[in-house]
Amino acid sequence: MNNKRKELIVSAISNGTVIDHIPANKLFQVIRILDLEKSDKEVYFGTNLESKKYGRKGIIKISEKYFESSETDKIALVAPTATLIEIKDYEVTKKTTVNIPDTIERIAKCFNPNCVTNKEQVPTKFKVIKINGEIKLACHYCEKNTSQSNMVFN
Amino acid sequence: MKNRSLISINDYSKEEIMQVLELAAEFEKKPHQNLLHGRVIASLFFEPSTRTRLSFESAIQKLGGNVIGFSSAATSSVQKGESLKDTILTVCNYSDLIVMRHPVDGSARFASEVASVPIINAGDGANQHPTQCLLDLYSIKKTQGTLENLEVTFVGDLKYGRTVHSLVIALCHFNTKFHLVSPVELKLPSAVKRHIKEANLQYEQYTDFSEVIPKSDIIYMTRIQRERFPDPLEYEKVKNAYILDNGMLDYARENCKILHPLPRVNEISTNVDDNPKAYYFEQALNGVYVRQALIAAILGLK
Ligand SMILES: [Zn+2]
Repeated sequence: MNNKRKELIVSAISNGTVIDHIPANKLFQVIRILDLEKSDKEVYFGTNLESKKYGRKGIIKISEKYFESSETDKIALVAPTATLIEIKDYEVTKKTTVNIPDTIERIAKCFNPNCVTNKEQVPTKFKVIKINGEIKLACHYCEKNTSQSNMVFN
Repeated sequence: MKNRSLISINDYSKEEIMQVLELAAEFEKKPHQNLLHGRVIASLFFEPSTRTRLSFESAIQKLGGNVIGFSSAATSSVQKGESLKDTILTVCNYSDLIVMRHPVDGSARFASEVASVPIINAGDGANQHPTQCLLDLYSIKKTQGTLENLEVTFVGDLKYGRTVHSLVIALCHFNTKFHLVSPVELKLPSAVKRHIKEANLQYEQYTDFSEVIPKSDIIYMTRIQRERFPDPLEYEKVKNAYILDNGMLDYARENCKILHPLPRVNEISTNVDDNPKAYYFEQALNGVYVRQALIAAILGLK
């Protein structure tokens, strides 16, 4: 890819955030957890794009939107390789990689229907663990592990 | 342990486990001690479990304490739709310690976070039942003289049996060698096996029961429930493969003991009951001493 085209992909929005390096098969899950279907901002996405580092990647561009840490935590859980690029006035102002948090509170649901967090008014609390390379959420209450494919966010 | 809730066996270190077991041995020698004079213990059984409830209430009364509470949700304000949090906060006003059994996973942990008095978990759904685990450990130690370096065989439903999961995890402190006997559908979950691997211990899995009997210091039997099999034919195939009969014990070690969390259905033939290796009824009695020890330790009376 030449530099001009690269620039185009990243800076096609004047203000907002580009989420780059999303594993191609996680793109739609990222769209879902960020609730972008309901966004009234301009949203562009692409998938199965070539990436030197990751083979095939997905990319999302959202106008007029800068993410809070609770949202980047969610992105990190399903797309740990993602990069966030903040754009102001067509310029890249900030570039960060997402960090997988050690614990997460409130933002995710426990997959166990009989968990107290799904039965009473109890905010969820998880330890983020890695088993054989896969990220899982270990519930502080029912002690069950929610795997990536079962992750549902609030 | 003082003033700390016991929710999961993982909350206790090896040293704390040993402390409870030593204290339980004291109570076995001298069960009637008036340590709880004037204290009130709440026994909240949001689902019925007569066996566990009677064991706790017997432990409390042998210590001279008073029991308040309910034996099923039907007789409590829960039926009127009260939240768990409100019930716990109310009961804290009237008691020094709460023993609770609840059908929802994680309910005991949540209760311990809102309560101003310590909680002992007497079973939260399919999750934890730490006092059962401690009484199992006590029974093993008492019959074998030690918990270290034993070969322990688990038989039956290793997938859903929470008592099996907790006991396997607790035994990882004691250099146990595990023999796991079950139908393929009911193998020990990998999350539990991970604890064995992390402790660098050995386990072997079998579908055939008889070959492990001569290798076992303890045989821990569990019930295989019909509901666990989506296909009734599969249940019919395995239901008789994991029944312990007296004749099978001819090849057992001299020191071998049979444990079972009870109630049993048919997985141990009644002809085993009179065999000196059968230990499941004494095992239940040990529960009273272990619960006395826990209550005394948590209230700081010992
Ligand atoms: Zn949970």
